[in-house]
Amino acid sequence: MILAGLSNLSGISTLAMAIGQQITMKHIVGTWIAAFLTICIFSFLYDDNPLYKFAEHLFVGVSAGYIIATTYRNVMVPNLYGNIKTGVMILVKTGSFQWQYLSFILAGVMGIMLLMKLVPKFNWIARWPLSFMVGTASGLGIVFTMEALVLKQVDATLVPLLVRTASNSIQWSSTVQNWFMVLGVCSGLIYFYFSKEHKGLFFGTFSRIGIYVLMMAFGAAFGYTVMARVSLLIGRMLFFRDQWWPVFKATFGIEG
Amino acid sequence: MFEKLQNLDRRWIFLFVLLSVIIPLLFPLGLKLHTSPPVEDIYNYIENLPEESVILVSFDYGPSTEIELNPAAKAVVRHAFRKKIKVVTMALWPMGAQMSQNVMKEVAEEFDAEYGRDYVNLGYKAGGSVLLLSLKSGFAQQFPTDVNNVPLSDLPLMNKVKDYNNCALVVSLSAGVPGIREYVLIVNTQFGKTMAGACTAVTAPEMYTFLNSGQLMGLMGGLKGAAEYEKLVGIEGNARKGMDAQSVVHLVIVLFIILSNIIYFVGEYRRKRME
Amino acid sequence: MRREIPMAITTITGVIMIVVFFVPMWGHWSDIFLKWFTVIAGFALVLGAGSLLLVNLNKISRKASGWGYNVILILGLFVMAGLGIFQGIKPGTPYDFIFRYIFTPLSATMFSLLAFYIASAAFRAFKAKSPEAALLLITAFVVMIGRVPIGEVMWNWLPWAKALPLTTIIEDWVMGCFNTAGQRAIMLGASIGIISTSLKILLGIERSYLGGGE
Repeated sequence: MILAGLSNLSGISTLAMAIGQQITMKHIVGTWIAAFLTICIFSFLYDDNPLYKFAEHLFVGVSAGYIIATTYRNVMVPNLYGNIKTGVMILVKTGSFQWQYLSFILAGVMGIMLLMKLVPKFNWIARWPLSFMVGTASGLGIVFTMEALVLKQVDATLVPLLVRTASNSIQWSSTVQNWFMVLGVCSGLIYFYFSKEHKGLFFGTFSRIGIYVLMMAFGAAFGYTVMARVSLLIGRMLFFRDQWWPVFKATFGIEG
Repeated sequence: MFEKLQNLDRRWIFLFVLLSVIIPLLFPLGLKLHTSPPVEDIYNYIENLPEESVILVSFDYGPSTEIELNPAAKAVVRHAFRKKIKVVTMALWPMGAQMSQNVMKEVAEEFDAEYGRDYVNLGYKAGGSVLLLSLKSGFAQQFPTDVNNVPLSDLPLMNKVKDYNNCALVVSLSAGVPGIREYVLIVNTQFGKTMAGACTAVTAPEMYTFLNSGQLMGLMGGLKGAAEYEKLVGIEGNARKGMDAQSVVHLVIVLFIILSNIIYFVGEYRRKRME
Repeated sequence: MRREIPMAITTITGVIMIVVFFVPMWGHWSDIFLKWFTVIAGFALVLGAGSLLLVNLNKISRKASGWGYNVILILGLFVMAGLGIFQGIKPGTPYDFIFRYIFTPLSATMFSLLAFYIASAAFRAFKAKSPEAALLLITAFVVMIGRVPIGEVMWNWLPWAKALPLTTIIEDWVMGCFNTAGQRAIMLGASIGIISTSLKILLGIERSYLGGGE
């Protein structure tokens, strides 16, 4: 029946959709494939089964293929091949050695050295480029993390503990929020300080407050996580309502 | 009864969740949506940008979070095009390259925006924060070509957009790492660029620290944040369409948790009485 | 020398990055390294895909149970990579077709399964067994209900709704204050951890990234 419907459509290249878009043959076939694969994945909710396994493996394979192609098109071609080509052309035409372009030969060599990780006998060669990447990331990590995530965040915690309005009266909401912020951050950090036992008036009390503050943060995080996961499911259901259903109607020639 | 509920087959819960998504999508409740200050701040900032300004939009997500971030992306780009603001896109995630191609194509067709003059897609580059740092001396340093290997010199917009300094706003649409965090680390903190973010709901709580410290000017958290922006821009996109279902599922999950707690406390009470 | 040279490379590149941060006029030292990084990070992604390929080829050659699925994985990999490399990645290409109609639904549905599992897990495990757990539960409730339109509707039934809007409670108090304080404490702790680990790497104390063996 589906095939009959599709063959009916093949005569006319497009059909006007209720929402004003065009349904092409490609879109119809694609949407049916997408719907089938979506059902394959959802079938896991009942139990593990061959359809799910098929979709799961296809997903992993296509993901890896996607990464290879995008990296090739967006990184290797312009950044590696493009730079080396420019450097070689300048060298051939003018005889001038342009380090800024030709040095990418070294980057390419390091990249190939990294791929040696796949050859057990020579995987030690991959340590060189790996060390380069780890060293660069660590060096940058120290300075940028310190500035953006430590100093700026500490700065944002150093807030006035008595906030006044323009008419010099106390603004209670901001004042209480600021007290909570300072106490919350400090007690949270005390909770994470494991070199001293969390006992006694100072460490005991503040680590206890720290737990409560962290629990509130985890609660908010949980609420938002639920929101995120539900959104993903809504996305799939919207696909069935807004994309697959019009295609279904077009396939079987259902009006309205 | 209580034992039965305690050992309820998870598939019943799955069915309830599925129905509470499907029913509001088929029969919308039309619940009123309110906007929040972090989203309004982004809207007002873009609204007040002069014509011909340029914004940099980074697609740092993949299809797995498409429903949360595509609506935000489309709403921001629509807002920009409506205000005659130019858009340059790039991606820190490999999947972001294709996401941005599809989003930009759809919105550009709506506004008759011309590629190369009104918007440019730089594509994906690996490296995260290291890449962002290397762009300090110009986009062309790392992006000699656009996403489809067209040299930047052939794209008129890129003749006036050389580096971060030419961008009035940087927006990261982020599903994790690399994403908003890396932009805050480098583009905001090192180069002082005004940053806004749209993120998945999972990462939103962490992003509030950047919002509080002023490192982010505004934030769209999850589908709700995107729905708010859609409302401000005046469009009925996927985010707004999903809000009723989102409400009902949240309510159902809260009721499930309350029910499970009642079962737990009744069970505890009975156990103690038996002892 | 198989460990010493890589350690020296790590220290030298790391120190250059730090020095350049404090002396920006020597930025040209690091500029070329940053550009190389992008290329090498690209190879790292290819390495990941290559590793996946080897594992699956190994399973197929051993005829391990379910090896047919590994064939599907490899086919998917080669078809997608081949189309992208040889025919381009523009909208409208076969590569884009697979991205839109195969990769996107697979990816989005795979992650949407979590909606069911998080609901089921919440039903089974989310109990107010202690004051801490109760606090977590209450905050989660407030966020789950308060961040969706139905929360606004319910809040507006209350007599004080006009004086105290729900948006103020959620944005200023729950997310902007309680959540931010906790998240900031976590962020500061994690950042100090990142800095100390990076320092240990540059000083050669932390060497696990080099892997085992000589």
